[in-house]
Amino acid sequence: MSKARWRRLRFAGLAVYVVVALLGATACGSDDDNEGSAGGGTTTGEAAASTEIPGLGSTIDEIKQKAKEEGQVSLVQWAGYAQLTKEFAKETGCKVSTKDGATSDDMISLIGTGQYDGVSASGNASVRLMERGDVAPVNTDLIPNYADVQEGIKNKDYNSKDGQPYGVPHGRGPNVLAWRTDVVKPAPDSWGVIWDPNTPYKGKISIYDDSIFIADAALYLKATKPDLGIDSPYQLNDEQFNASIDLLKGLAPNVGEWWGDYAKQIQSYANKDVVIGTTWPYQVNTLKADKKPVEGVKPKEGTTGWSDTWMIYSKAKHPNCMYLWMNHMISPAAQAAVAESFGEAPVNLKACALTKNKNHCNQFHASDESWWKDIYYWTTPTADCGGKGGTCKTQKDWVNAWTEIRG
Amino acid sequence: MTSAAHAEPSPRQSLGRRLSTFFYRHPWVGVAALLAVPLGWLVGGYFGSLFVLLLASLWDTDPFTSEVVHNYTFDNFRRIFEEDVYREVAWRTIRMAALVTIADAVLAFPIAYYLARIASPRTRNLLVVAVLMPLWVSYLVKAFAWRTILSDSGVVNWALDPFGLSFDGYSSVGLWLVFTYLWLPFMILPLYAGLERIPHSLFEASADLGARSLRTFLRVTFPLAFPALVAGSIFTFSLTLGDYIAPDLITSQQFIGTVIYDQRGTNLPVAAAFTLVPIGVMVMYLLVARRLKAFEAL
Repeated sequence: MSKARWRRLRFAGLAVYVVVALLGATACGSDDDNEGSAGGGTTTGEAAASTEIPGLGSTIDEIKQKAKEEGQVSLVQWAGYAQLTKEFAKETGCKVSTKDGATSDDMISLIGTGQYDGVSASGNASVRLMERGDVAPVNTDLIPNYADVQEGIKNKDYNSKDGQPYGVPHGRGPNVLAWRTDVVKPAPDSWGVIWDPNTPYKGKISIYDDSIFIADAALYLKATKPDLGIDSPYQLNDEQFNASIDLLKGLAPNVGEWWGDYAKQIQSYANKDVVIGTTWPYQVNTLKADKKPVEGVKPKEGTTGWSDTWMIYSKAKHPNCMYLWMNHMISPAAQAAVAESFGEAPVNLKACALTKNKNHCNQFHASDESWWKDIYYWTTPTADCGGKGGTCKTQKDWVNAWTEIRG
Repeated sequence: MTSAAHAEPSPRQSLGRRLSTFFYRHPWVGVAALLAVPLGWLVGGYFGSLFVLLLASLWDTDPFTSEVVHNYTFDNFRRIFEEDVYREVAWRTIRMAALVTIADAVLAFPIAYYLARIASPRTRNLLVVAVLMPLWVSYLVKAFAWRTILSDSGVVNWALDPFGLSFDGYSSVGLWLVFTYLWLPFMILPLYAGLERIPHSLFEASADLGARSLRTFLRVTFPLAFPALVAGSIFTFSLTLGDYIAPDLITSQQFIGTVIYDQRGTNLPVAAAFTLVPIGVMVMYLLVARRLKAFEAL
């Protein structure tokens, strides 16, 4: 082959390279545009409290009819939340698929992929989702069961904005202290047993692997170090924040396992790899059902907890099925099923008549507000201390500190 | 010369015929069409995503909503270089990758040597299948199985218990074992190929010149197999460097992979900035590997 020919070949290669690069650049450019408009959702979310979602029926009958055409709904959920999905599919024609999120941050990034129609958001996700414009306000007239939801849980700052509901309440519960009864004696009633640097359970402690756990340290300091003046464990000034971080850094070497995956934690408790720690009632129930000697309690200092909300993605592909799903999840039957299996209090008290354990609502104090007053629902830390004035550490500070605590 | 006859335009040529003539007359079009897809993938898909990664590492996030804000800042890099935790995590990961590579090399060499030079063709086939077999099982399943094996009530502690010993499986030592197991086939295969390629005559020559087996190994076998060893180490080292699932399942320590994974959702720019650390390490590693002629052994 001649030299000239080679040169031509090389030139051709270069030409293709340039063309492809240019194509790539324009493709990137247009992608950026899309992202820009999605990012601008913050403003649209604020301006429009409109509950209109493209394709959503305007009456309940229309929603039911359109849902049959959609035929499916996909959800981001806390493990075990979606209940009676077969019955729901039979009744509405919407097949349910779920994806578990391990943390609220996880759920926010999952919803951000645009693959899902809705999410069971805790308070520390819901406020951010509303602010980002990722979730849409809902028209509760189209959700008949909404009337049965306890009034005390409606229109809170974590499930509504400017008086406009964003989604329907799902249920609430405490994060509990759980231990193996065959190892941990006597039965603890205080978080002190895990925070004590000389705890006898060194290396056997199980801790939730998310920055929101900083609040659990703050909550313990609130009870044990009143000088710090901690009010809400989620709104911490510099001094309070640093004290909490110090407490956590003392805990870190004693931690046997940081858990995000609930299945992993269940396995560790079952195998005695951990014997005490923080968990959801769901894991305690699962372990007990499996005849493992595990017990859980709300300690005397109070605890962190959650009040969750089913929210609809603002660009949901199956909005009609999602509306029916929100209605389904606050129906007495679904509420009874999830309250019992996850270990939480229903928001629709009609569920109390349907639980297998007739005493469930009493045990979880579903209508006893005084029991809930020392349970601090997850919420997002903000610079303005949740509107109370002063300067507090932000969500970003919490996340960065968490990496450092984990070491 | 028959070209004159061909140049005569026939009145009705099929499309395929005309196309083929076109490509014959303009050879560069053919080359371009051939290269467009792989080059497009390399430039757009590969370098493009690396470029976006670099860009993302300069972005910022909203302190409240954790949304990515397109303000350019070097804050993420400052954080990674100034805060001890990131440096510690990076060193811990590099150390782990090096130890896993050494362990795999030590384990793989005799196996590969046996495969290449001693085993009969039949045994060799069986052994190659045995080496490849673990790769048929999902990596996740293997990591979870190891989690069970290393548990306090797992088989390791069950075996140690009668001797009054116990082993903390969920530690860096446990993770080192898991990684060594997971990546072993990736070391054996290139080594086996490298050892097999050494001409038998060299061993005969070495023997004729009076060298005994140890000397032959040190002066002939090992130097010739060394590039293959380095080639294998590229796999074991890089796979360990980026992994996040095994560290998450086995230990409670943070590694580069787990830190990136944890930050990817709501702290994307920091995750992107931290990603450049293993990329930088790998680039240096590959440069050294090229010096050691590892790429010729691949």
